[in-house]
Amino acid sequence: MSASLTLVVIMAVLYSCGIYLMLERSLTRVILGFLMVGNATNLLLMIVAGPAGLAPLVGGGVDAAEMTDPLPQALTLTAIVITFGVSAFLMALLYRSWRLSSEDNLEDDVADVAMRDSPEALPDDAPGVEPRVEAADEPVTSADGTTNGGTR
Amino acid sequence: MISLVPLVVLIPLVASALALIVGRRPGVQRLLTIGALTAVLVISVILLVVVDGDAPLVMELGGWEVPFGIVLVVDRLSALMLVVSATVLLAVLIFSVGQGLADGDSETPVSIYYPTYLILAAGVFNAFIAGDLFNLYVGFEILLVASYVLITLGGTEQRIRAGTTYIIVSLLSSVLFLASIAMIYGAVGTVNIAQISERMGGIPVDVQIILHVSLLVAFGIKAAVFPLSFWLPDSYPTAPAPVTAVFAGLLTKVGVYAIIRAETLIFPGPELNPALMVLALLTMVIGVLGAVAQADIKRLLSFTLVSHIGYMILGVALGTAAGTSAAIFYIVHHIVVQTTLFLAAGLIERRGGSTSINQLGGLLKAAPLIAVLFFVPALNLGGIPPFSGFLGKLALFQASAEQGTPLAYILMAAGAAVSLLTLYALVRVWNLAFWRPASDVEGYESDLLANVSEAPGATTTQVNRTTPKLMTAATAGMVVVSVALTVFAGPLYAISARAGENLEGPSYYVDVVFPGSNDE
Repeated sequence: MSASLTLVVIMAVLYSCGIYLMLERSLTRVILGFLMVGNATNLLLMIVAGPAGLAPLVGGGVDAAEMTDPLPQALTLTAIVITFGVSAFLMALLYRSWRLSSEDNLEDDVADVAMRDSPEALPDDAPGVEPRVEAADEPVTSADGTTNGGTR
Repeated sequence: MISLVPLVVLIPLVASALALIVGRRPGVQRLLTIGALTAVLVISVILLVVVDGDAPLVMELGGWEVPFGIVLVVDRLSALMLVVSATVLLAVLIFSVGQGLADGDSETPVSIYYPTYLILAAGVFNAFIAGDLFNLYVGFEILLVASYVLITLGGTEQRIRAGTTYIIVSLLSSVLFLASIAMIYGAVGTVNIAQISERMGGIPVDVQIILHVSLLVAFGIKAAVFPLSFWLPDSYPTAPAPVTAVFAGLLTKVGVYAIIRAETLIFPGPELNPALMVLALLTMVIGVLGAVAQADIKRLLSFTLVSHIGYMILGVALGTAAGTSAAIFYIVHHIVVQTTLFLAAGLIERRGGSTSINQLGGLLKAAPLIAVLFFVPALNLGGIPPFSGFLGKLALFQASAEQGTPLAYILMAAGAAVSLLTLYALVRVWNLAFWRPASDVEGYESDLLANVSEAPGATTTQVNRTTPKLMTAATAGMVVVSVALTVFAGPLYAISARAGENLEGPSYYVDVVFPGSNDE
């Protein structure tokens, strides 16, 4: 099976950039990274289809060996649709997360932080929830006293 | 009979659409959802009887012959998983209906909860009957997307945070799965599982191992096999109680099911079995050590969930029919018991106002029924004879002893120790939450509470004097089912053994999908 070198290079670049972005803390970048990795995987499906050929129509007098493999295209289309739906959900999640905490970063697990900060055992009555220090510099979404009225 | 096969996916999907249409009438929605899942349960039981008595059912979708079309295959393993998952989904649904009715649905937004739940069910059922690797992927995606919605239900800050971890990890596993499918297609030119199985033998062993590992990593994330299990205890406990229960019971087991299929059909060779056994050992031990350190019942149960995945992986990793049978029996037992325990934890939270053993006390006196509903599955999970947890572990140990390698004996020892530690963690919950008088809770000092850590953001909710009858009934129903698994362990184990024998080597499955392939 021969594969197009251009496609392979593009796939590799997309994978590496995508994985780099997914390792970031910012949710926006994670979503961008996911889109890149998803598209890289779609490209991988196209690559395994082999070189492009004629349209795979049965009965057109075309030899099967000269046809493009149609199955990976069907798989890719399905995968694109799934990626599309999931991305839409992720955007909504990102927006909700931003509305709630006014920040884009994924926070540390509070239990992990508590464990890291105190090597000793936690006292019985301290669940290890740290006061949120960033409350002071929150944006002005609550200036008018509502949480829903934001036009930003 | 064959026409019943696609119905297990179609009924939940159609019912979900209808439930969305009648979103403004919660009563109709509830009836529709319960009706749909009951129908699927009945169909699954029929399928199990038919498949166990006769040959597996193979449905060629759209009338396209294999390998050109998509096939749905129901063999003994699939049918058994269908019956158990339908039972669990139905019981949890009734539990959540009870909770919703009592709480005025503040916890579960009416209009989307039931349709999403049905989609999740459709995805789980689809994954169990897929005879095609890509269809398995689609089944995974259906259940995952539904689970994304369920885990962030209500959109509170804590759930969004925990849900984000879960969603990103799941996305990564999906992408890996898809990439593995692409590479497998590149290697063997098909996505039909039976055909892959036939052709995989002709592929060089090193290429096989690459494909095998990439597929196992994708499934391992789903099944929460160490070291890919870190996301689970962080994300499950924050979801609403019924959602956690169904996730804990079913979603990881879909991953284990996929691993069984991969190990027995696609890569039946023994190359990776020792590695899998080591992973099983680590999953068991590290999972249960996590459980011992938790004060929060839901987190504790999440860690035992991870730990007990190790037992199933052990059964699969043995690579023998006995090992696979024991793993199948253990999956059935564990789905039921783990779900029951999470439902019981939901009841405890409602009655005691918390799920932290530091704050609970006197529940035995206050709510004796809940005490029984927690105690029975707790002993069962800990592996006390004569419960099915004991029988499952016994079967696993027998299969390990049959193999007789040093590694197998180490795993047996670890398995026994892990079951004791599980028992320790659960009995501590019993001692503190149920046995300790409520008056002792303030300023209580005990060695049992040294070094346990609380869940992040643990909140106490209002103590409800009454628990809705429907919630208690659903949990009681699950306890009865779990005890029934013990009483009818003989027939159940016989089915598991037959399913395991069918999976010894891929030839049985391949013959079923391609009836004429032996003549070549």
